[in-house]
Amino acid sequence: MSINTKKVMKNAWRITKDRNLTCLRIRVPGGHLPVKFFPLIQEIADQYGNGTVHITTRQGFEVPGIPFSKMEEINAKIAPIIDELEVKNDVDINKSEKGYPAAGTRNVSSCIGNRVCPQAVFDTTSLARDIEKTIYPNDPHVKIAVTGCPNDCIKAHMQDIGVIGQVEPVYDRTRCIACQACVNNCAKVSTGALTFSNYKVKRDSKRCIGCGECVLKCPTGAWTRGEQHYRLVIMGRTGKKNPRIARTFMEWADRGAVLKICSNLYGYIDKYIDRTLPKEHVGYIVDRTGFNVFKEEVLKDVTLSSKTKVVDYINFGGYENR
Amino acid sequence: MGYKFTTEEFNRLLSDLKKQYRVYAPVLLKGKGRFSDTDVVGYGEIQNIDDVIFTQKSYFSPKEIFYPISETMFYFTEDEYREPKVESKEIIVFLRSCDINAVERLDKIMLENGKEPDYYYHRLRSKVKFIKIDCPTSFDSCFCVSMGTNYTDNYSASIHSDNNGLYLCDVKEDINGLFSSYGTFAEFKPLFVEENDFSVEVPEDINLATIAEHDLWQEYSSRCVACGRCNTSCPTCSCFTVQDIFYEDNPKCGERRRVWASCQIDGFTDMAGGHSFRKDKGQRMRFKVMHKINDFKKRFGMHMCVGCGRCDDVCPEYISFSRCVNKVSAAVQGVNNDG
Repeated sequence: MSINTKKVMKNAWRITKDRNLTCLRIRVPGGHLPVKFFPLIQEIADQYGNGTVHITTRQGFEVPGIPFSKMEEINAKIAPIIDELEVKNDVDINKSEKGYPAAGTRNVSSCIGNRVCPQAVFDTTSLARDIEKTIYPNDPHVKIAVTGCPNDCIKAHMQDIGVIGQVEPVYDRTRCIACQACVNNCAKVSTGALTFSNYKVKRDSKRCIGCGECVLKCPTGAWTRGEQHYRLVIMGRTGKKNPRIARTFMEWADRGAVLKICSNLYGYIDKYIDRTLPKEHVGYIVDRTGFNVFKEEVLKDVTLSSKTKVVDYINFGGYENR
Repeated sequence: MGYKFTTEEFNRLLSDLKKQYRVYAPVLLKGKGRFSDTDVVGYGEIQNIDDVIFTQKSYFSPKEIFYPISETMFYFTEDEYREPKVESKEIIVFLRSCDINAVERLDKIMLENGKEPDYYYHRLRSKVKFIKIDCPTSFDSCFCVSMGTNYTDNYSASIHSDNNGLYLCDVKEDINGLFSSYGTFAEFKPLFVEENDFSVEVPEDINLATIAEHDLWQEYSSRCVACGRCNTSCPTCSCFTVQDIFYEDNPKCGERRRVWASCQIDGFTDMAGGHSFRKDKGQRMRFKVMHKINDFKKRFGMHMCVGCGRCDDVCPEYISFSRCVNKVSAAVQGVNNDG
């Protein structure tokens, strides 16, 4: 058997424990899949694989136990999935019948967002799909996820870039009955950004993280939802070297800035990646170049609104030598 | 007297009305729902008839227009005080039959309960004229028929649109002659709901002492979260509290406000000295329900609740007032049968 493992892996197939078998990977940007594709996935697992499917942490499917010889045939079979989830979403894939053109940049995952969740401040799947279209197909190993509120159910804090929804609450003092539900709740479950003074509520915009809890709790509609923004957290990771939680890079950013930064990340990687390694994960590149170089590159041609706050510096702590 | 209007004709009528009146109706507040990317129907000023939401029940009631959520009673300095002015314009409100009946309940409390009518309520309320939004069908959770509030003739005009896109108005008071001058005479009847999906049996002959102690209230002690939405959406709740504010920049000046209060929210029964009765949310539920379907009627001869069902619609814990009333009814029967 002669297999070019580099090509196989770039085509989103796996090298596995079993020398004769590979594993199909299907990406579902934004984690929302039309169920009409279930029979197709079932058919592949039944006919070519071992009749099982693994649901991945990044919201994809892995179909294990498939002979390498079937890759081409199955690539053609999954074209409808690629067409609907990628091509129809303007992702730049020419020949969907050849399977996935890249695997380094991982599926953009998202929590269920405001299609279902009352806490979510926006439609996470929609933004995840916009990010997918911005960064995929691409080879560098990059993980991005989108979450609807600071509860961060998708674990945006474990990503290279985590996008967390923020909503600017708007207060109509004439509708406020001074029940203090917002004030008490903000102190208990969020950041304590609200205080009560002269029977009305004051919001400390420096403390407010835009979770929207005040809107959820208000019985009169005194608090309503204003502009939609995003917090970006960066360089969270798992892995052998220094696993860490992402740190806040930017708050109150708009959608355009988020997409541009995701796109700029690839210019930064291309410029600074260590090409002597088989692959280098972006977090380690930032460890080498330092935060300031990263910041300069990703903010190139990004228009920030007057509300957006960017951190001056993040001290990630560098390498930990033992 | 019935008149029909094209949209254009009605809009011309509106723009003439608006010279003398502020015109309020249920409107779509885009993006202002509790959850993200959701809208809510609330009261707002309208520019033309297309702004009016006819096909949904408003989340909030119309009472906020003439009984503001937060209202300054007077401003004070060291040695004098002054009332805020009220606008000279009069008020027209689009509202449904249940809501017109609800205003009659508010009038009882605010104008007839004490020796003097409530000054602040009276000065706005006396400016208000009603345009009744006809209800061709009942909405979810409505039980107006059970409460006898599905009908009213207390309006200047009624309005619904027919199948041909015309607005039909039954006019009882031809305001400034505008309805007859812009409309065309037509024969039709205003629409009233004759049947709801859900009916409520309001108990009579309640043995208060026994019902107050009944264990039916217990479930609400844990279910209710004391948010007060049932009160703030209710068209008949009239409770307010008074706040004295001393301006931060100069505490010698300030104002006295009155603000809606809710019998379900913590603090409602707080008294000087820190005492608070009705701490238990089940007891608060009992207090509210009994007021709406028993106590008020003893004083004013009509039930306070008008069966609009908004309290059911807005409760985040899915507590149903109407089902609770039926539970009370069953309990009353049980108690009476038990002797």
